[in-house]
Amino acid sequence: MPTAGADATRLTKSQQTEPLLVVEGLKTHFATPNGLVKAVDGVSLSVARGKTLGVVGESGSGKTVLSRSIMRLNTAGNVITHGRVSYDGEDLLQESPKEMREIWGVEMAMVFQDPMTSLNPVVRVGRQMTEHIRHHLKVSKSEAAETAIELLRSVRIPEPEARFSNYPHEMSGGMRQRVCIAIALACGPKMLFADEPTTALDVTVQHQILNLLEQQQKDRFMTMIMVTHDLGVVAGRTDEIAVMYAGKIAEKAPTGELFADMRHPYTESLLRSIPKINQPKHTRLAAISGRPPDLINPPSGCAFSPRCPYAQPKCFEQTPPLTAAPAPGHQYACWFPVGSPEGNQAWETNMAAGRLQTLAAAGELNATEDIPATIGGG
Amino acid sequence: MVKVILSRLARLVATILAVTFITFIMTALLPGDPINAILPPDAPRDPEIVAQIREEFGLDDPVLVRYVNWLGNAARLDLGESYVNRGQSVMGEIKNRIPVTAQLAAMAIVFAVVISVPMGVVGAYRQGRAIDQATSAASQIALSVPNFITGIFLIWLFAVKLRWFPASNWNRWDKGIWANFRTAVLPASALALSQMAIFSRLVRSDMIATLQENYILSARAKGLNDRFILLRHALRPSSLSLVTIIGINFGALLGGTVVIETLFALPGLGFRLINAINSRDILMVQGITVFVATVYVVINTLVDVLYAFVDPRIRKG
Ligand SMILES: Nc1ncnc2c1ncn2[C@@H]1O[C@H](COP(=O)(O)OP(=O)(O)O)[C@@H](O)[C@H]1O
Ligand code: SF4
Ligand SMILES: [Mg+2]
Repeated sequence: MPTAGADATRLTKSQQTEPLLVVEGLKTHFATPNGLVKAVDGVSLSVARGKTLGVVGESGSGKTVLSRSIMRLNTAGNVITHGRVSYDGEDLLQESPKEMREIWGVEMAMVFQDPMTSLNPVVRVGRQMTEHIRHHLKVSKSEAAETAIELLRSVRIPEPEARFSNYPHEMSGGMRQRVCIAIALACGPKMLFADEPTTALDVTVQHQILNLLEQQQKDRFMTMIMVTHDLGVVAGRTDEIAVMYAGKIAEKAPTGELFADMRHPYTESLLRSIPKINQPKHTRLAAISGRPPDLINPPSGCAFSPRCPYAQPKCFEQTPPLTAAPAPGHQYACWFPVGSPEGNQAWETNMAAGRLQTLAAAGELNATEDIPATIGGG
Repeated sequence: MVKVILSRLARLVATILAVTFITFIMTALLPGDPINAILPPDAPRDPEIVAQIREEFGLDDPVLVRYVNWLGNAARLDLGESYVNRGQSVMGEIKNRIPVTAQLAAMAIVFAVVISVPMGVVGAYRQGRAIDQATSAASQIALSVPNFITGIFLIWLFAVKLRWFPASNWNRWDKGIWANFRTAVLPASALALSQMAIFSRLVRSDMIATLQENYILSARAKGLNDRFILLRHALRPSSLSLVTIIGINFGALLGGTVVIETLFALPGLGFRLINAINSRDILMVQGITVFVATVYVVINTLVDVLYAFVDPRIRKG
């Protein structure tokens, strides 16, 4: 393969065991006329080499801002970032723009959400695939073209030589996303971010693209962060999952552990909102009632409390800290975790009191956005 | 593609007809009897001669008939003869003078583009910073100064004080390229200043919008440097409006160099037009106006075609 990813065998023992990426207390806030938008508000996580982390949450929970903050790609002029992002032992937040340009594409790359807009409409696919190969790897135009065509072949684009001279609008959405993946892989990055790589695509091609990403990640021993709003997408394809709510991590666990023993009511709500294949066709999905929180003035106490089926008076006053569950690597931030005696008690209390969010979660109400986010219990 | 070209051509012809008709009617409605232009003021008004002239120029026909006759001749590139300088053909005058005006307009546009594109790009890249504020302020000022003031200033500085370029007069091409260029620099610069201001604001605002695009972020995420991204990714998508306005303003300049041609005493079309208006030389006025309007319309059609080269998505359409 012309552009191999990080080779596991070349690394020393300590490098192999040390996580490639460690994020500590990352905060990304945007100063706006209406106030400070706390899009990412104290996130800590780590990803081991060759592993895949899924970041899941509703739209607006800060997933995109988080991944762009880690990669230092937040270009807005009003952005304020705090914390530590340690990549392969280097603190990325301290790097100069010039140093970052040596990291982008070569060390870390990103596949964006919308392949319709992330390719330049007036530049041929070939140039968009080769320009960074030539820039970073200092190879000739024809060598870069060969590499690019090889890449197009490896992401299973038919007739790669012909496609090479296409403009993006001459390709379908799925094809363009394959091109974007090929572009991201071109300089053999060690770490790949995929920000909702299939959200903008037809259902029929979503699986192909996800499989392609998984395959490439394994072949190249890449470390990957897969961002999605769909818990179903990351279920079978990640080693670990972090559930985000209002810019914070609500729950984090190895994938199997998360599905076997989820603790956070928000994770449970997300799971409930995945359509099940064996469900009769017109079963109404139990969507999460209420709107995502205001990131300028988040609810006091637990940010999920206005929408939470389990919420108790304590939740509206005190912010739950991230606590360790018995299983290694499992953490959650909740006062009344799912499946615990306190959680069950809270659920019963709310059912008895007729809390709308609880009734909706139990399937006894049509969950809609009309359910008011109540402040205070019941 | 053939269908597209045919429909563009049909639209072009329709527009030219409308434009010629309107200018013909408007100039025909100018107050004053053409006879007074054709006959010298002190010549005796012999009714027989007057009647003969009216017959010869078709002055008594209804306007519509005159238009159709005129159009028929115009289609054969015959725009009639000057009322005032008998025997001088309007087309000949246009041919004689258009090179001057076209050269001025073209040079003005080129000067403006060469300066405004880097200005706009830098302004967008450093949006809100000192350099952006300085260039924005400069173009604001440039926009509010009338051409002839700029012209007078340029004459004062570069012709009178520094003596680099002549203050007036025109050397044709056959006197040598440099001799010609020297006489064109100051008037072209005077015309260029406001164009530069318009262009740089346009490039800046289009560029700011382009820099928000996802594909610019993708380019950054590939580790390309800013200069490359600005010039090889952002500039072309940001130049659609510029291409349009260049076409429109070039057309407008062909008819809009009057003041500068007068100030610098240049033998261009605008100077001739003012002359013709002053002497009520209706056919000359009509001829020049229609010519300018037609060129304007043709240029705009060409701009449409040029679009397709800037944006490959349109090529298919
Ligand atoms: N430049 C910005 N200025 C202000 N707010 C922003 C900016 N960028 C993102 N946000 C806000 O940050 C929040 C999180 O956005 P995002 O990370 O895109 O969510 P997700 O990817 O999870 O859907 C949103 O409320 C969004 O409006
Ligand atoms: S139970 Fe309380 S702490 Fe837990 S998620 Fe619900 S509101 Fe938050
Ligand atoms: Mg997003």
